[in-house]
Amino acid sequence: MMTLFIGAQYFALACFALTMLFAMIRMLKGPTAQDRVLALDVLYLSVALTLLVLGIRFGHDVYFEVALLIVFVGFVSTIATAKFLMRGEVIE
Amino acid sequence: MVDDAPAWLLFIVSLLLILGGVLALTGGVGLLRLSNFYQRTHAPSLPATLGIGCVLIASMLFFSVTSGRFVLHELLITMAVLLSAPVTAMMLNRAAIERDRRQYREDAPVPPGRPIKASPTGERNE
Repeated sequence: MMTLFIGAQYFALACFALTMLFAMIRMLKGPTAQDRVLALDVLYLSVALTLLVLGIRFGHDVYFEVALLIVFVGFVSTIATAKFLMRGEVIE
Repeated sequence: MVDDAPAWLLFIVSLLLILGGVLALTGGVGLLRLSNFYQRTHAPSLPATLGIGCVLIASMLFFSVTSGRFVLHELLITMAVLLSAPVTAMMLNRAAIERDRRQYREDAPVPPGRPIKASPTGERNE
């Protein structure tokens, strides 16, 4: 059972790394600016997921707080960039 | 901490982690392979709801059972993601529609109440 547990952690980490890779390809390639912002949002989300799995792996609480901070920073940055794309300025 | 965990806990947590990984990877593949921005904007909602939900339930179960008390602070991340994902999607799509209309792109959605395409005879073609 321990083997399954370790294997599941590595599998999840590999999946999140692949997701980050795909998001990065989309961010570099993306034809429009909104595609890049969407890819950045996915990148933030997969980093938060990776940190949660690392928290289970090492049994420590610090990873949870980092994941919470990254979720909030990703939310604010995506909103600010979307406002900028819509009007050309962040605060109207 | 992990060594004295019961087998059923490890099994359930492993299952949830594998499920979360597969769901997140599906979202990533969709982001890469779909052809249009308005199709691609559907892809991240999969890791943002089910993927992060699976991983957070796994984390809550694991820490609750191994430390012998209820560890529920993962609900904070659940609330943050569940509240922020729709707002993010809505703002980004409004920005995309605005930009596409400004540039007269082919795939920009028409405003509500307008005809989709004017027919040659001048009739309204809803």
